[in-house]
Amino acid sequence: MLKVDDAVVRYGAITALHGVSFEVNEGEIVTLLGANGAGKSTTLRMLSGLHAPTEGRITFNGEDITRVKAHSFSKLGISHVPEGRRIFPQMTVEENLEMGAFGRRGSYSDDIDRMYGIFPILKERRKQLGGNLSGGEQQMLAIGRALMARPTLLLLDEPSMGLAPMIVDTIFRIIGEIRDSGTTVLVVEQNAAQALRLADRGYVMENGVIAFSDEAENLLHDPRVRAVYLGESID
Amino acid sequence: MIKQWLGSPLARRVGTTTALAVLLMVMTGPSGSTSQPTAGFVQSFSERSSFFGLFVTQRWLVWAALALIVSALIRVAKWLKSDYAEMVAIPGRLARSAQAPFQTKKPVRFGTYGVLMIVAILLPVFVTDGFWQQSLVEQVAIFVLLALGLNVVVGFAGLLDLGFVAFYAIGAYATAWVTGALPAAAPFGVHLDPFWAIPIAIAIAMASGVLLGIPTLRLRGDYLAIVTLGFGEIVTIFLNNEYGITGGSTGSHQVPHFTFHVGPIKYAWGLGPVPYYYLTLGFVVLFLIIFSRLEHSRVGRSWTAIREDEVAAESIGINPLKYKVMAFAIGAASAGFAGVMTAAQTNFLSPQTFLLSFSINILVLVIFGGMGSIIGVVCGALLVQVVSTWMDHYTPFGFQSQDLYMYLGAILVAMMIFRPAGLIPARRRKREIAMSEAGEGHMDEMLTGDTP
Amino acid sequence: MASIFGFFVTHFGILRKEFWPLLVGGLSNGFIYAMVAIGYTMVYGVLRLINFAHSEIFMSGGFASFFLMRALIGSSAPGGVASVLLVIGGVLGGGLAGAFMAMVLERVAYRPLRRRHAPALAYLISAIGASYFMFNLAGKEFGRYNTSMAQPFVNHTIFTLFGAPVQMLSMIIALVGTVMLITLDRVVGSTKLGRSVRAVAQDAETASLMGVNIDRTIVIVFVLGGFMGGAAGFLYGLGFGINYTMGFTPALKAFTAAVLGGIGNLRGAAIGGLLLGVVESFSIAFVNGAYLDVVVFGLLIAVLLFRPTGILGERLGRSA
Repeated sequence: MLKVDDAVVRYGAITALHGVSFEVNEGEIVTLLGANGAGKSTTLRMLSGLHAPTEGRITFNGEDITRVKAHSFSKLGISHVPEGRRIFPQMTVEENLEMGAFGRRGSYSDDIDRMYGIFPILKERRKQLGGNLSGGEQQMLAIGRALMARPTLLLLDEPSMGLAPMIVDTIFRIIGEIRDSGTTVLVVEQNAAQALRLADRGYVMENGVIAFSDEAENLLHDPRVRAVYLGESID
Repeated sequence: MIKQWLGSPLARRVGTTTALAVLLMVMTGPSGSTSQPTAGFVQSFSERSSFFGLFVTQRWLVWAALALIVSALIRVAKWLKSDYAEMVAIPGRLARSAQAPFQTKKPVRFGTYGVLMIVAILLPVFVTDGFWQQSLVEQVAIFVLLALGLNVVVGFAGLLDLGFVAFYAIGAYATAWVTGALPAAAPFGVHLDPFWAIPIAIAIAMASGVLLGIPTLRLRGDYLAIVTLGFGEIVTIFLNNEYGITGGSTGSHQVPHFTFHVGPIKYAWGLGPVPYYYLTLGFVVLFLIIFSRLEHSRVGRSWTAIREDEVAAESIGINPLKYKVMAFAIGAASAGFAGVMTAAQTNFLSPQTFLLSFSINILVLVIFGGMGSIIGVVCGALLVQVVSTWMDHYTPFGFQSQDLYMYLGAILVAMMIFRPAGLIPARRRKREIAMSEAGEGHMDEMLTGDTP
Repeated sequence: MASIFGFFVTHFGILRKEFWPLLVGGLSNGFIYAMVAIGYTMVYGVLRLINFAHSEIFMSGGFASFFLMRALIGSSAPGGVASVLLVIGGVLGGGLAGAFMAMVLERVAYRPLRRRHAPALAYLISAIGASYFMFNLAGKEFGRYNTSMAQPFVNHTIFTLFGAPVQMLSMIIALVGTVMLITLDRVVGSTKLGRSVRAVAQDAETASLMGVNIDRTIVIVFVLGGFMGGAAGFLYGLGFGINYTMGFTPALKAFTAAVLGGIGNLRGAAIGGLLLGVVESFSIAFVNGAYLDVVVFGLLIAVLLFRPTGILGERLGRSA
């Protein structure tokens, strides 16, 4: 479905990605793991057109999307839930959801009802400003907002960041449901254990390259992953 | 087919070249009026004009020929070098080679300075034309002084001061005041020599700079620009209307010349421009020395730190307000000083001289030369002032003096688009701009604030 | 002490006697300031920069409507339906010219800088340059003098408000201003286009993830602000005539109004404009006319120092 070949991203003189290649197949949940600064977020931002790769190629459903601009990605069926949620703070919950459907023609009231079905708390808060929601509510709103575009591929950047464990469980359960309803998911996570339990496959990034990849199940038991990301010492 | 061509790079290039040529044609063409609003535009195309004396035809043909020749030259150069990037880099390289003598080893550098100094000293010998001698003082040397002063504010500290002219006016009027040339009584009833006005004017200008600076320098950069602009307007309004104090719109015509009288040595400056030239030159050199020492001093480094990242600077113990006020006061003092020179040299003051346009003119010198680059600012000021004086005096190609500010405005926009660091960039500034553009921090952090 | 007291007694006496005429005059100017202030506030809300060349957009509107009025109005004074149509034509003509110039300005002076993430200082300098370029070019092409505009209606007193005569021009300014300000408020507050503007103002990058084209939205912002500014240029020109430097002072006052109301805040700009118009008008009772501008600049400095977020606070985000 999504294929990245040798993508290089530079910020001025600094190279953030030195030739990253990976793919995501339809119906999967794929996770990108790595330490801070490994290039996970950059990869995700590249997949939304926020950083154009200077080299390499991105194809989506066989179409070359390397040079597509950020605002056209939602039309392609790729939605991005950005790091730190980035809710529009001065818009109501409902307006935030409406923004999610911005790039799409046609009515979206059904979709809003569907989001309220998935996230009942948002219905209660519908007239409140986005900036006044709690972290967990904001994360739900961010996911709901991204789903409003009816994506076929959902990109999630650190959905568990700064949230209480109970809420993280809820979010991850919902991510699983999203996949089950037919949306492919690519998720970047610090919380490797939780991400790997949910995902089908995982890629581990180090210093702007993919260091290794495997089935999630195997990664969960891989000593390299356990040592670095799950905080266990190698015996 | 047509649509495809319209989207092609060639069409874009033809489009921009045509637009630019038309714009230049209109800019340099004749004027219109409200009763004939299209006359200027129409005649810009239809008027007859000579192509370097070769043939005489309609202006648009001349411009089309020029555009073709220039683009052909670019093509040929491209074909010869087959590297467009190189071509584009030529102005940059020229500037760098112009800069080289000032950056190499000490003997070379001081040699260059010495040669320049000798040229400057001998200049009035070669320039015998009265108009040019006069202009060297009034239009060039004084403007170099002013540009050096504004460079401290804009270039070193990164503060956009649009009220710079106010301090210049304060200096000039202070001179008139202490020499007894204003309706307001001179202090202590004594009419002093303009030399005594120098410390007084500098002190007054500096004090007003500090007074304006302390409250306003906390503001974001763009607010500061507007507030200083407002301050300039307030000063002009005051000068124009307080007849009892400033002489109002007529100003003053009685500022005396400098005289120097210590022991047996006695010298009086008069109407002749050459003695003033040397006096001003002496002060320019003094300013150059002071400001380049300042740039590399603790204070200069603090300015750089504040400019690059105010929060970080504060965290290492630099008080941003203090240093900003300092830059502001130094700028004000040098403008005040230039005001003394002007007042004493021309003997004449009018509020009409002290308009916002004047601040903009000085700003153009700094931007064109290169913010923060002392040598750049001097070269920029020399170039812009000599060319504009020449155009004003000889009106080549049908140039009209009232259009000067149109060109200066265009220079500001063009510099910001194509060469933001100026003709001879300060090394530090250039790096900051490059950094900012690469998205790694911002130049003028204090200006950007929360800019996305 | 007694003399200060006396000063206020005398001058408040003047103010009391002339209250209604001053109020009417102030509100009439205030609507013009409000319309211009909208342009500053919208551009600020989205780009966080002061569009220093907004004064020239105002001036362009003045000149365009001036030529339009001269072309349309014959020797006899128009009346009735013709007047109404002419006023609408002037507003549209001035507005469209302003919108067009704003678009050109954004394209030439701002977009190249945005492309390479230039520092804020660069925008400001570029804008100042553009302003100087534009008004001097206008001076070159259309002459450097003040010209009065052909009047689309007879400016007689239509009613008196507590003894203060209210003239046709003031009424038209108030009417056009009210209609345009409310329309803009609705457009930004409750249309899809307005939502995209607010989204970009709050978080441009995230807005682009939602499919908002940032470049297009910025152009829209310039066009909306330019239309209001250009139309204000027409209304101002009706009363004060047109001149290549006509933009400078009203635009500075409008900027003050925008700051007063909380820059970035649409309703704030409207309220700030009206308030500034009235304050300026009332200060006639206290100071010599030549110092009116000093009062306004003084107010600007005071607001920036003591309440830089203005009356309503900085927000383009909150519905308006």
